[in-house]
Order: sequence, then structure tokens, then C-alpha cells
Amino acid sequence: MSGHSNWPEWIYVAVVIALMTWVGAEAWEAERLVEHVPADAKTIIATGQQWFWTFEHEDGTKEIGELHVEVGKAYKFEVVSTDVNHSFNIHDYVVLIDAIPGRVNTVWFAPDKVGEHDIQCREYCGLIHYNMRGTLYVTEPTS
Amino acid sequence: MTLELQKPRPIWQIMFSTHHTDVGLLYLISSLTFLFLGGSLALGIRAELFLPGSQIIADSMTFNRIFTVHGTTLIFLFIIPFASAVGNYYVPIMVRYKDMAYPKLNAIAFWMIPPAGVLIWLGFADFTWYATPPYSIISAPGPAADMWIFGLKILGISSVLGALNFVVTILKCKHPDMSIGQIPLLAWSFLSSSLIIIVAIPTFAAALLMLLTDRLGVSGFFNPAMGGDPISYAHLFWFTFHPEVYVLVIPAIGMMYEIIPRFSRKPIYSYNSGIFAFVMLSIVGFSSWAHHMYATGMSFTEKTVFMVGTLAAVPASAMHVFNFVATMWNARIRFSTPMMWAVGGIALFFSAGAGGVVNSAMPLDFTTHDTYWVVGHFHLFVMGTIAFGSIGFLYYMFPYVTGRMYNETLGKIHFVLSFIGTVLVFFTQHVLGLYGMPRRIYDYPPIPEWIAMNQIASIGAMIIGISMAVFLANMIHSSAKGKLADTDDPFGLGGKYYYPFEAKNPSH
Repeated sequence: MSGHSNWPEWIYVAVVIALMTWVGAEAWEAERLVEHVPADAKTIIATGQQWFWTFEHEDGTKEIGELHVEVGKAYKFEVVSTDVNHSFNIHDYVVLIDAIPGRVNTVWFAPDKVGEHDIQCREYCGLIHYNMRGTLYVTEPTS
Repeated sequence: MTLELQKPRPIWQIMFSTHHTDVGLLYLISSLTFLFLGGSLALGIRAELFLPGSQIIADSMTFNRIFTVHGTTLIFLFIIPFASAVGNYYVPIMVRYKDMAYPKLNAIAFWMIPPAGVLIWLGFADFTWYATPPYSIISAPGPAADMWIFGLKILGISSVLGALNFVVTILKCKHPDMSIGQIPLLAWSFLSSSLIIIVAIPTFAAALLMLLTDRLGVSGFFNPAMGGDPISYAHLFWFTFHPEVYVLVIPAIGMMYEIIPRFSRKPIYSYNSGIFAFVMLSIVGFSSWAHHMYATGMSFTEKTVFMVGTLAAVPASAMHVFNFVATMWNARIRFSTPMMWAVGGIALFFSAGAGGVVNSAMPLDFTTHDTYWVVGHFHLFVMGTIAFGSIGFLYYMFPYVTGRMYNETLGKIHFVLSFIGTVLVFFTQHVLGLYGMPRRIYDYPPIPEWIAMNQIASIGAMIIGISMAVFLANMIHSSAKGKLADTDDPFGLGGKYYYPFEAKNPSH
């Protein structure tokens, strides 16, 4: 309908496409690195159920609502659920994966500082979803 | 141009009419009613979250029901029916036909909405607008959940019937002298969004039936205890509802295409690129649904595919923004109320899109997913873009529908307050999400940053609430007692050139 030439729009579109390609490539590269679980990572089974988290370490010790890990070591979470969907989240370490009944999802992290962090559920799971919280304690290595 | 029969008639004549402007009026009134109902629920949510601890809502179950019905109402009972209202008024006129292709079907599609609304509101389900299984199967209390399922089922049928009607009206009933490349962009937006509805909705319709039989215990499609898989529901749901996002936004963009050239007193910068971007959005809208599901344990390859599919929608959306800005460039713009809403809507559309790029980039999504960032993000679309475009268009239609002029000062006050409120609520919620506050929570621990940002958001919501009260007063008062409008040029833009559509509005 418009008789004028439209080259400014096409240059603009090319710039947008270039930007999106760059964003996509950076995201791809970062995600590829993040998904690579270190071979020496210790496994922790994290179970979500209405409305608390249970953690089982490799040596069989269990914790409810709190989790103790040692600074400088890598941990792999195997996240499961016994009832409805939850989402296991330690926001300070960008740990996030859904806990879905019938599936085992994995996510890993390596705490680099001693401290306390919040653990929470980030997927709606009913009545007490708002208070399905726990605490992560990062401690000095014992040995 | 007039859009409404001017003679006052008894209300039952409008209710039982099948004429497109009458059905349009019914759509308009019902959608605005649900806007105010759903909006008041939002005020309740924001009041509750003003401080940690219980404020005005007694328990978390009530809170969960409120945000579920808030979302369901505003998406299905306000945004979609509002677009249908505009489509009913304008599409037949724009394709120069006397009515919609199937007038009775049109009235039936409308009359399915009130019963569905009643089911959703009387049920007051608590499982979020996403009805996530297995929660919705094994945990959500009935009969609320079942009423929600039936309500959505009815609304799905209504959408499909409406969409079929728009497609046939545009493709088969347009004036033989007009080619498809000559119909206005608003009509193009309805063609695109209706085609998306027809392709997308059946998937969710099937998922709803499976959800219902799962709840009845006779099947276990999504119930892991019976060998089902909740993730398959997520795929079915988002295969419908990611394209549905474009169903919501495309008509609003179409409305801006109607407003911006008129008030810029220039033709649109590029009609063809507008069509191109609509068609592109309708296609790539189907390639991004699983970006809602990165955290469900998808493989790296799946995530990559859906990230690329999502980013592919950005250039098309950006083309619309370019088209609007290029149209306004060097134009003699008249900032009447509709134009202010449209321009505000474009600014917020741009912000929402920029935020969306962050969500779709895989590693960043793990920071934002299911936090208030996402709440802020999609509200910038549904409120900042779609509601802004819709409300702007409502002001634009007002003189043609009622024959009277709204109060311009109140309209501008409405815009300024709403814009400030929207920025305060939804920009703040983005930041709140970066601080890690999950969405859909009734109460939160007293973390100072969370409290501060929740308070800013709640104050913003109250400002929007006040602006909507101004809006309601303006609409009611002006439609009864407003100044008589000059229906040839109610906004004083000068020249009939800006109103190219001849109304064919026969008495019937």
C-alpha cells in the first residue's frame, strides 16, 4: 500500500535477528556448561511432598526441612516427588528443577561460601505451598 | 460512521438480536463486567501481599481460589470476549458485508460465555489457571474443579465458533471488489488470531476431557499413580496456550493499527509488513510452547529447540513496534485519550518483549521461572499491552457506539493513573522475581527487599484500582449524559479521510 521504499525496516529487522542470534548462542553455550555434572559430585535425593522437603545423603542420613552440605564440594540432586508437582529451588545458587511424581530430575551445584540459604518450592502445590520452605547450611569440611 | 442503531430499544431486543453490532454490544458489556470483577480480585491479592502474615484473606485456600479465578476471568472472560466485541463491530464493516457470515452462530457463541462465567465464579477453583495435574486430579477440591473444567470447555467451544465465523466472514463474505490485500490491518489481526484459535484450541479441549475423566478415576492419562504422565498435560496445555498468547495480543495490536495512523493523521508506514508480521507471529507462535517447561527436566536439545522457536517470534513483534514508531515519526499527532493508550501500550509491549527474551534464554529462565518475574512479565503483556490497546480502542469506539462523547479529561486521568500503576506493579514484580519470590504464595517470610517491593506493587495496584473507578464513572455517565458526538469526526482530526469505512447498519 505504501509506495515508499522500506529499507530502514529491513535493516532494523536484521539487527533484531542478529541480536536474538547472539542471545541464543550465549544462552546455548552457558546452558551447555551448566548442565555438565562434575564426575565427583555427591548425590543427594531430594523428595518433595505436600508440604516439605526430605533429603537423603549418599551415606543414608536423612534430613527434613534442612540440608547440610560442605563448602567446595559438588552435589548432584536427584529430585523426586511422592504426590503432586513441586519445584526444588535454592534461589541463591540458581538451583531449580521440578519435582514430578514418576520422574527423577537432576540438578547440581557446588557451594563456594559458608552460609545459610533458603530452600523453597516454586511450583504451586496446594494449601501450604507458600510455606514449603527449608534451609540450606553450607559448612566447613569436617575432615 | 456510526456503529450502533441510534433508536433506544428495550433490552430484550438487543439480547435476542443476532445483528453484529448488537452481539458486539453484548460482548462488550459482559467483558467489561468481568474486567471489573477480575480486577477486584487482583486488588484483594495485592492487599493480602502488602505485608507478610495474614492481612485481609483468612486462609491460603481462599487466596489460591482468588488468584485462580482472577486469571481465568481476565483471560477468558475479559480479553477474548473484548476482542470479539471489537471484531463484531468492525470486521463486517471493514470487509463491507451486512453482518457476520453466520449471525445465529455468532449469538450462540456469545451466549455460551455467561453460563461459563457463572460456572467458574460459583465453583471458585483453586488449582491455578493452568490446572496442573496431578494436583488438579488428586488434590483439588470438587465440585469447584469440575465446574472450572466445564466452564473452560464451554468457553473453548465459544472461541472456536467465534473464530470460524470471523474466518468465513473475512475470506468468503468480503466485498468482491476488495482483495485480501486491501482489508484493514484490524481485520487481518482477526483473521490471524482466529486461525490460531482453530488450530490451537482442540488440543486443550482434549486435555480438559482427559483431566475430567482422570478426576472421575476412570482414566489415568496424567496421574502417575495410574501410569500416566503429568508432563504430557503440560505439553497439551501449552500447545494451546502459548499460541493463545498471540490470540490475545494480535487483536490488541490490530486495534493499535486502527488508532495510531488516524491520530497521527498519516497512513500506516507499511501495511504489508504489518500483515507479514501477523502471519509470522501466527506461525512461529506454534514453535515455542515448551519454553514454559524448561524446569520440568527437559533435555538440552529440547530446550535449545524451544529457545530458538521463542526467539524467532521477536523479530515479528519488533516489526509491529517499528511500524508504529515509523508511522508516528514526523506526524501531526493528536494525543486524544485513545492515542495515549495506544502509545502507552506500545511502550509497555516493548518492555514486556525485552523481558521475554530473558525468560526464553535457557540459563536465565532458571532464575526467573515461577517467580514474580514471570508474573510481571506476562502482566506487562495482558495489562500493559492488551488491556491498554483494548481500553484505548474502547474510548475510540465510544462515540460511534453511543453517539456521545466521553469526558476527555477523565479519560486522560484514567490513562495517566493506569500507566503509573502498571509500571509500579509490574516492573517492580520483575525485580521481586530476581530476589526469588515464588509466584502463587499466600504468605512470605519477612525479607526486607520482598516487603518493600510488595508494598510498591500493592500501592501501584491501588492506583490502577482508582483509575478504573474513574473509567467506570466516565463510561456510565458519558453514555447517558455525555455531549453529543460529531460522528463524522468526533476527535476533531479534520477530514473524512481518516474514517474510510462506510457503515452498513440496516435496521432489522
